[in-house]
Amino acid sequence: MAAPSEYKPVIIGFLCNWCCYGGADLCGVSRFQYPPYLRVIRLMCSGRVDLEFIFRAFAKKADGVFIGGCHLGDCHYNPEGNYDALGNSLVAKRILENVGVNPERLRLEWVSAGEGIRFAEVMNDFGAKIKSLGPLGSSEGRELPDLQAGLAAATQLVPYFKLVERERFRVSPRTEEGYQKFFAADDFEPLFKELVIDKLTMGRIMGALRSGEESAEAVAQKLGLDPAEVARQLHLLSQQGMVRIDGGQAVPIAVAA
Amino acid sequence: MEFGLLQQQMDTQRALRGADDNMGDIMVVGGGISGIQAALDLSASGYKVYLVEKSPTIGGKMSQLDKTFPTNDCSMCIESPKFIETDRQPNIELMTYTDVDSLEGGPGEFTVTLLKKPRYVIEDKCTGCTVCVEYCPAKIPDPFNQNLSLNKAVHIYFSQAVPLVTYIDETCLFLKDKTCSICQTVCENDAIDFNQKAEKVQVKVGAILLTPGYETFDPRPRNDYGYGQFANVVTSMDFERLLCSTGPHEGQILRPSDKKHPHKIAWIHCVGSRQVTPGGNSYCSSVCCSYTQKQVILAKDHLPDMQAKIFHNDIRSYGKDFERFYQRAQKLPDVHFIRSYVSVGSEDPETGDVSIRYTTPDGVVEEFFELVVLSVGLAPPKDAQRFSEVFGIELNQHGFCKVDPFNPLQTSRPGIFTSGAFQGPMDIPESVMGASGAGAQASYLLKSRRGQLSEERVYPEEKDVSQEEPKVGVFVCRCGANIGRVVDVPGIAEYAKSLPGVVHVEESLFACATNTAKAISDTIRDKGLNRVVVAACTPRTHEPLFRDTLREAGVNQYFFDMANIREHCTWVHSKEQEAATQKAKDIVRMSVARAGSLEPLEEFSLPVDKTALVVGGGVAGMTSAHTLAEQGYETYLIERASDLGGMANRLHYTLEGMDVQTFVKDLKKKVYRHPRIHAITDAAITHVDGYVGNFATTVKTKGRVRTIKHGAAIIAVGAVEYRPTEYLYGQSDRVMTLLEMESKIAQRDEALLAADSVVMIQCVGCRNEDRNYCARVCCSGAMKNALKLKSIKPEVDIYVLFRDIRTYGFREDYYRAASNQDVKFIRYEPDDKPQVEAVEAGGRSFIRVSAFDPILGKKLELDADAVALAAAVIPTPGSSELARMFKVPLGPDGFFQEAHAKLRPVDFAAEGVYLCGTAQYPKHLSETLTQSYGAAGRVLTLLSRDTVVASGAVCEVADVDCVSCGACISVCTYGAIEFVDTPRGKKAKVNAVLCKGDGLCNAKCPTGAITLSHYTDGEVFNQIDAALELL
Repeated sequence: MAAPSEYKPVIIGFLCNWCCYGGADLCGVSRFQYPPYLRVIRLMCSGRVDLEFIFRAFAKKADGVFIGGCHLGDCHYNPEGNYDALGNSLVAKRILENVGVNPERLRLEWVSAGEGIRFAEVMNDFGAKIKSLGPLGSSEGRELPDLQAGLAAATQLVPYFKLVERERFRVSPRTEEGYQKFFAADDFEPLFKELVIDKLTMGRIMGALRSGEESAEAVAQKLGLDPAEVARQLHLLSQQGMVRIDGGQAVPIAVAA
Repeated sequence: MEFGLLQQQMDTQRALRGADDNMGDIMVVGGGISGIQAALDLSASGYKVYLVEKSPTIGGKMSQLDKTFPTNDCSMCIESPKFIETDRQPNIELMTYTDVDSLEGGPGEFTVTLLKKPRYVIEDKCTGCTVCVEYCPAKIPDPFNQNLSLNKAVHIYFSQAVPLVTYIDETCLFLKDKTCSICQTVCENDAIDFNQKAEKVQVKVGAILLTPGYETFDPRPRNDYGYGQFANVVTSMDFERLLCSTGPHEGQILRPSDKKHPHKIAWIHCVGSRQVTPGGNSYCSSVCCSYTQKQVILAKDHLPDMQAKIFHNDIRSYGKDFERFYQRAQKLPDVHFIRSYVSVGSEDPETGDVSIRYTTPDGVVEEFFELVVLSVGLAPPKDAQRFSEVFGIELNQHGFCKVDPFNPLQTSRPGIFTSGAFQGPMDIPESVMGASGAGAQASYLLKSRRGQLSEERVYPEEKDVSQEEPKVGVFVCRCGANIGRVVDVPGIAEYAKSLPGVVHVEESLFACATNTAKAISDTIRDKGLNRVVVAACTPRTHEPLFRDTLREAGVNQYFFDMANIREHCTWVHSKEQEAATQKAKDIVRMSVARAGSLEPLEEFSLPVDKTALVVGGGVAGMTSAHTLAEQGYETYLIERASDLGGMANRLHYTLEGMDVQTFVKDLKKKVYRHPRIHAITDAAITHVDGYVGNFATTVKTKGRVRTIKHGAAIIAVGAVEYRPTEYLYGQSDRVMTLLEMESKIAQRDEALLAADSVVMIQCVGCRNEDRNYCARVCCSGAMKNALKLKSIKPEVDIYVLFRDIRTYGFREDYYRAASNQDVKFIRYEPDDKPQVEAVEAGGRSFIRVSAFDPILGKKLELDADAVALAAAVIPTPGSSELARMFKVPLGPDGFFQEAHAKLRPVDFAAEGVYLCGTAQYPKHLSETLTQSYGAAGRVLTLLSRDTVVASGAVCEVADVDCVSCGACISVCTYGAIEFVDTPRGKKAKVNAVLCKGDGLCNAKCPTGAITLSHYTDGEVFNQIDAALELL
């Protein structure tokens, strides 16, 4: 019997109908047991999982997010949507890391409809992992509102991320190796920083300023960023006319909206 | 001209006929899974079917099983949606509690006289409320529960019965001595009628399909292993009921003598099977090895500290995934498989335990068990003899239906077909594929009548609820004990009442039972519900049923959501009841939140291209193609080689002695000459486009590339023989595969016939780490060749080195024949395989085979002139490319993976694509033929329609938000989205017919302009928010 105070994580699971959901069904049929943390949302394809779904789940204090699709090459659909899920999750992990959410709280796995036992193994493993990380923010050592502010900034930028992904992150060939290589390539890191992370950081700094932070140092501390980086971004923001630097204090310029 | 006249005559005839003159196309006799499947297929292909069943409900033996091997699916859960489909299908006339009396006429014009037994309940009046059952004072053993528990003299056969009405057993007090008629008093609908008499009904049909199934072997007459004498000896069918949550003890395994949990259980294999003693059956019952393993696995799950011993002969795990299933059972703690004959000793009068004597390497041991389960075999149906007389069909020497080996679905009488276990012992998928196949053949006989008697189903008009607030109804299913025993169902129901938008909550024992489904649609109407959540099992199997229930109630079917609290909750968290209850509440809350935002959607009708494409020109492909072409459908047959025939070109005779070459040559001729079959040889498929009803497949031949449009496809690419790398194969001329030996025998090869000693080594290249499956055909192949060699040269010495002899079904007789003809069988263990060595000695060259003989307990050296290797059957090269093009999956062993191991054995999950032959798994020629007819039968259900319905869950674009970035267009490889000019400029537009509903575009669209209906951002957000609401 579990103690009432025992921590029971909540994991949001996006499962594709054709493979992983079927695998979860077979897992049940076979009576393979796993911890009761998962809350399943059935989608037709893992490629349907929007970046915003992931950010929203964490913003609402989910302890983990799981995406389950068909094995690569076995997607039920012609466009092989699981590759999109793979690309998306790799982007999402980097963004999560930037806003302070441990990227290990997001997991993508391929489980076929015949792999009931594998589904249980994945759930046991991921469940244990999330449990060991503790509630969102605890292993990160961050306050929840700070994480939520970061996730809100990321959510706001989702349309922009999608455009960038389409224009600049086209992976060819569509193989697992192709994806891993692309996202691990030397030239990817600066590109990603310039196109995604910098934008996100700016968004987060603006958010922090609006909520009353004043000095670059305070902003950096609040956001868990390097003060020098914050100063650089503030400089850029002032050049763009978004911020006024006034005697060591940064003041956001109100934009009529 | 002539046809027109005929048509006119028929029309006049029809007009003259009354509405109830019992005219049909086909009669299916036997309402088990095979009969149900045949009735469903035929009714869907435009025929009117009479489905006749002798017991009070359809369902057959499958409804009594707890689970099905090797997936351990809940048997009733997968079968009962088919009951409801049968019930709702207007072209099936269901006649239960009805026997066949006599038959007149011939093919095309049979008149069947039926005997409707008195139920003493007026079917049309009974609502299935069971008030009569409550009041009935007479308790009788419950036949559905194998008499292990009591029921009332008036009762419903089982909860999901169709029709869901009561019947009164002959033990009723009124029927016995008129001492009670309380049921009549309490029935508010006056449905009880004690004056009912058996009634004769005549039905005219064009064809008949016999699917009476089987009986389990009854060990009582011979008192086998103390059955009937010792309380704690039960049959495997008894044990199925003990395991089942709807069984005598609600899924508690309690032994009969003292209703205590047994902790030490023995299973005894081959009870009534593989015996030549009087009262036994000489054949192998085919299914018992696997069902025993299933029972062991399930029992261990129920009773974790159970110790089990399984006493067996050969383990016959010859089917798809059976080998892994066996290994799963073997690996369980405290479970021991013991190869030994046994005898039952005595019953301990104190404890009721039963002793079993068996042999071990150290001698005979006697051991007590708390429960003994007899794995009883399959016997012919009780009515077999009478059927043979009534229908004028022959039975075989075992009392099953006699069939044509080259058409196992045809009885000895034209116009009468058979499928299922009446053909001989077989498992569920074989019964199902046979049903579809027999349907296809009956359909050929009646092709000119197609569509004349059938009618479309009519639904009430759909109510417009767009102006209403969400009024959600939540139905929480207990699923017997499956859900109810783990989570607090009343608590969940109570909780659901508190959720926003919920106006009605109800619990049910089985939401999928016909009466519940009907009650749900009544409730929807009465309470004015406009959204429905059913908290039960998985939408993957039951969503169609409940969507249909909404349609019945006049509500758009997309206003439905299923909360999966069984597969995803109670079954996987069975030991954490509190947490599981909390999770189930969360799941229901998510579902209600989602339901509130659902939109009504329209489905699309797509035209069906009435052309079929069959990939693979072996016996499977040719048979399917010929069946379809004969019924008027243009069929393209694509073959990679330069001639048709496939693997059968290398087969010469079957185990039963049939001449394969003559058969194949004849079939090839029929196919090549058929005006509607376009056989394309030396062909490769390079690309497949489209979807159900409208495929476009690109086929490349020498110097030509063409695209073929077709509505359906059958994958029949077969399998190939493994090329051994072991046992000196390829190094010595004396070592050959079994197939090569067959050719040599057929050609009367001198070198082979000169051999004085032949050794056959079984299981080469399979049942190992690389290929963890049994190739199914090789044991029979060894018998076939051994017997053939013996018939040519009786003095030849033949040794078969085997692991388990898997001559399942009637093939067992040939194993016995080989043994009687002095073929020596020597068993080897996989970790001590036979060794072979090429030897030159005494001016003679031979292969020395050494193997350990477990019976003699010593190493044997066999000097063989010829060695035959039973090389595995392996998937055809190129299967994975083909699978990818057709968007169908392969299983772990590389064979094509059907939609469902039991009930959709020739379908793929991808609609419009079907499967048959050894592409699915190794199988015998007769099995391939059955499955090929089956695949053709399934294709007929599609091609006989003018349109198919496509899901309404497709994408659409909100013009205002579209910024013409083209992200959606580049991600959609279906080409379903294109730019169109609008007054506001270029905008993306979805062609709903081409959209497959994956929703990738939705995830890519930066402005949220494109939306996948039924899985919108808003709906998913609601689910996410609801899931995390309490944090």
